[in-house]
Amino acid sequence: MSDQKVHALLTDARMIIVCGPGGVGKTTSAAALGVLAAKTTEKRVLVLTVDPARRLATALGLTALGNTEVPVPLPNARGSLTMAMIDTKASWDDMIRRHAPDTNTRDKVLGNELYRTLTSRFVHSHDYVVTERLFDARESGNYDLVIVDTPPSRSALSVLDAPRRMEQFFSSRLLKLLTAPAQSRVLSMASRPFFIVADRILGARFLADIAEFFTLFRTMERPVVDRARRVGALLTNTETSYLVVSSAEPVAMLEADYLVRELRRRSHHLSAVLLNRLVPLHLAVGAAQRAERLAASTDPMLRVFADAERTMAAVAQHEAAQVDVVASWGADVLYSETRQGDITDTDALAQLGASISARPRTYGGVGTDKNGR
Amino acid sequence: MTGKGGVGKSAVAAALARVAADRGKRVLVCEMDDKGSLATYLGREQLGFEPVTVAQNLAAMAMNTEDSLREYIRLYLRVPIIGSLAPLARIFDFVANAAPAVKEILAIGKLCYEVRENNYDLVIADSEASGHFVAQVSAPDALAALVRIGIVADQTKWMSNLLHDHSVSSVLAVVTPEEMPVVETIELRERLAKATPVNFAGVVINRMPAVVGVAVSGASSAAATDASVSGASVSDETRAVVDWLTMRRTAAEGHARALADAFELGNVETLSEAPAKGGDASAGNRAPTAIVAHLVGEINRVLSEHA
Repeated sequence: MSDQKVHALLTDARMIIVCGPGGVGKTTSAAALGVLAAKTTEKRVLVLTVDPARRLATALGLTALGNTEVPVPLPNARGSLTMAMIDTKASWDDMIRRHAPDTNTRDKVLGNELYRTLTSRFVHSHDYVVTERLFDARESGNYDLVIVDTPPSRSALSVLDAPRRMEQFFSSRLLKLLTAPAQSRVLSMASRPFFIVADRILGARFLADIAEFFTLFRTMERPVVDRARRVGALLTNTETSYLVVSSAEPVAMLEADYLVRELRRRSHHLSAVLLNRLVPLHLAVGAAQRAERLAASTDPMLRVFADAERTMAAVAQHEAAQVDVVASWGADVLYSETRQGDITDTDALAQLGASISARPRTYGGVGTDKNGR
Repeated sequence: MTGKGGVGKSAVAAALARVAADRGKRVLVCEMDDKGSLATYLGREQLGFEPVTVAQNLAAMAMNTEDSLREYIRLYLRVPIIGSLAPLARIFDFVANAAPAVKEILAIGKLCYEVRENNYDLVIADSEASGHFVAQVSAPDALAALVRIGIVADQTKWMSNLLHDHSVSSVLAVVTPEEMPVVETIELRERLAKATPVNFAGVVINRMPAVVGVAVSGASSAAATDASVSGASVSDETRAVVDWLTMRRTAAEGHARALADAFELGNVETLSEAPAKGGDASAGNRAPTAIVAHLVGEINRVLSEHA
């Protein structure tokens, strides 16, 4: 019992990357879709999550145990559900272990004091790690559908750019500068301020340490770049779908608009936009009329209620306008209404998933505007 | 002033500017990222680098790189500019990638100049959140570390002094009572504290949902929305609407409380969201100038409560 469009999305995709601004219920939506997919299709589903709310995580058996994949028991499921958290530190270490040309290099890199600071500054390692994990999940052959929850908004794009950035980094002037000894006569006067800035930004006093680290890092160039290319190709192929989640709030809408435009510009396959945390339609419709009736009452208590209905009418009208805006983005639109209470177990997630709908929302009669809504 | 996109920062900046101007201060309000929102809230088509008078005591302008670069060179390097600045601007952009402070100094330099020249009693910079803002406000410090000799170094000293003087300069953050703006503002304050000693004056919480129900002849707001008080005249939908709005208000209060706790403040003042007047919540009430008028009222209310 799920919406047709949602079912089609879950059936057709091999990977769904869920992105969007923070604070709109993205992680919960990703988990809900995972539960729905496992229940209603025969797929083996993996949900990769970055930062689930503690109660949700506990309820699903996810603890802070690095990258462990946890099977989630679901009654009457046609498929299966596994969830995992993406642990940046553990994943980055795994990457170094995998690509280092020998154990000596590996140990030197992992043991380098500047290792973590430098990698996070220059290649946004936490973003790259997300791409590593989703690539591994796809390549493993263990899953038919991978749903990836990404960090909020601009970071989501940063995730998508990570492979290309990794590739560019290895051929960049920046890396050459960083691996040249500071005392070298080859350095022109023009480069010297760079080291002052680098020193200030990185907080690192020892340029020799930096040089050593990056010299080691360069030995991993070939396997890392090769893998980065394959990950990049995965992110843009047609079996990888993108779902942008937003709410109707102005802050979220701005970010979502930006994301949709950027995804299109980078030729990623935008499947749908999920508008979350909407007003229950049966309350939105008719609010203005109910307000008028209550306001006309002689009972002062009832006029107080009129204010509440007027506020609801205003909220609904704003929301109706945002629904129009989202429709103008040209993607399929899915809607989900606010839930009472927190989502803390798989039953609640299943209900949430089942309530996501592509049915168009008409707000008729909330107030007067040029569209007669 | 800083704030995430969508929190109403430009509207609040415009409202603060109007309130100050109404109270007799000579005000310059400046949009730092030239997106045009400030102009809209001030009821103007657009703003340019040259300040224009929008009301008594109130002037407004918008930054742009080429004009501010031209001005910076004219004021500080005393080199006449003939022809296009495009080649120089390109070099600027290249250097700015390695050292963002170099570009930000243009904008902050112009504002510091206006403050120093005492053409205004109050200069409001409508900026934006994120690393960009931190780079802007700490630009003189970063640049001073970068360039130890020469004219530019001398300039940055007085700018830094001006920005670090708590009686002269402050940062004000605008938030809405939602998760992301609150989280980002808390993080921003931490990053700012690490980058520069500029005074963080506080936060403005905008678009606070109103309390649901109003005290009616001494009764509590809970009683005023208690359906049993009004009997059968209130429909199920109306009761559900009250519940929904109460949930929204409660969530907002939670976010405002989280912010207050993070900043170790007792009570926090909030600016309410523009109310829906009459049965028609149409564009009239949400027009930019109407929003600013509402915010002016809210700001004056807060100020009078503290008078």
